[in-house]
Amino acid sequence: MAEKLYCYEDFTVGRSFPLGPRDVTAEEIIDFAREFDPQPMHLSEEAGKASILGGLSASGWHTSGMMMRMLTDSFLLQSSSQGSPGIDFLEWRNPVLAGDRLSGKTTVIEARPLKSRPGIGLVRFRHEVVNQKGEPVCTGENAIMMGMRQARENAA
Amino acid sequence: MRLTEVYPVGQKVEIGTVHFSAEDIIRFATRFDPQVFHVDEEAARQSLFGALCASGWHTCAGWMKSYVTFFEAEDRRLRSEGREPPKMGPSPGFKKLSWLRPVFAGDTITYSVTPLGHRDLSSRPGWIMNQVLCEGENQRGEPVVRFESAIVEFA
Repeated sequence: MAEKLYCYEDFTVGRSFPLGPRDVTAEEIIDFAREFDPQPMHLSEEAGKASILGGLSASGWHTSGMMMRMLTDSFLLQSSSQGSPGIDFLEWRNPVLAGDRLSGKTTVIEARPLKSRPGIGLVRFRHEVVNQKGEPVCTGENAIMMGMRQARENAA
Repeated sequence: MRLTEVYPVGQKVEIGTVHFSAEDIIRFATRFDPQVFHVDEEAARQSLFGALCASGWHTCAGWMKSYVTFFEAEDRRLRSEGREPPKMGPSPGFKKLSWLRPVFAGDTITYSVTPLGHRDLSSRPGWIMNQVLCEGENQRGEPVVRFESAIVEFA
């Protein structure tokens, strides 16, 4: 298996990784909503304007997916990630509207070896995604299982 | 009517099922979560999961799809019975989300909601904040996902 750039040992508390930028188009908002969340404010500009969200706005699950893609592109695909057991919390703090540009950062807030799975550690991250005005749109914390470099070398 | 007048606190309500084909799993993951165990069947066999499995976000999106479809049907049912459906609004987020088991290609997930409680928002008169337990289980009855969602309702 190819050498991974980031293993458990590299996720030291306080280290952060940049997210994005990612442009949000009306087309992809509608495309996601048609399949998974066909509520009017996610399907048309008119219905969005008439709602409390103020315009054609992305489903919160779409925003979460976009955050995930920014995480994979930033560092996860180059890491020894073995998936995640869940999300402690996630807040959709402001609407994500068509034309927005998302960016942000994720920061390591905890790292510990997993007793139940030798060679794997649990790394907890705080994710913060903002729009082009610097307003928070998505904030959350979750843990990801990361393979240890030492374990990989022993297996090689 | 309020949500919890139609669906009592503590009572689990089944909202629908979603089938996860390998094609759907790969299509979603290619857009949002292209980790190898979600896009490559061969590489997935070498991972902790042991086989191609859906992005956790795909599993969650399946819950949302079921929720919207269910409430559209309930809206029609309640109106036909002369009852006013609850006016549901957006969600400010969720907490305590666990992906309990992988959702593998070929699995069918049945989703549910269980109202946990509600409170009036003093900062926004006429708004109610509902706390709802959201769950999904596979065709063997094994839980695959659970989380607690906050959902706004307009009185």
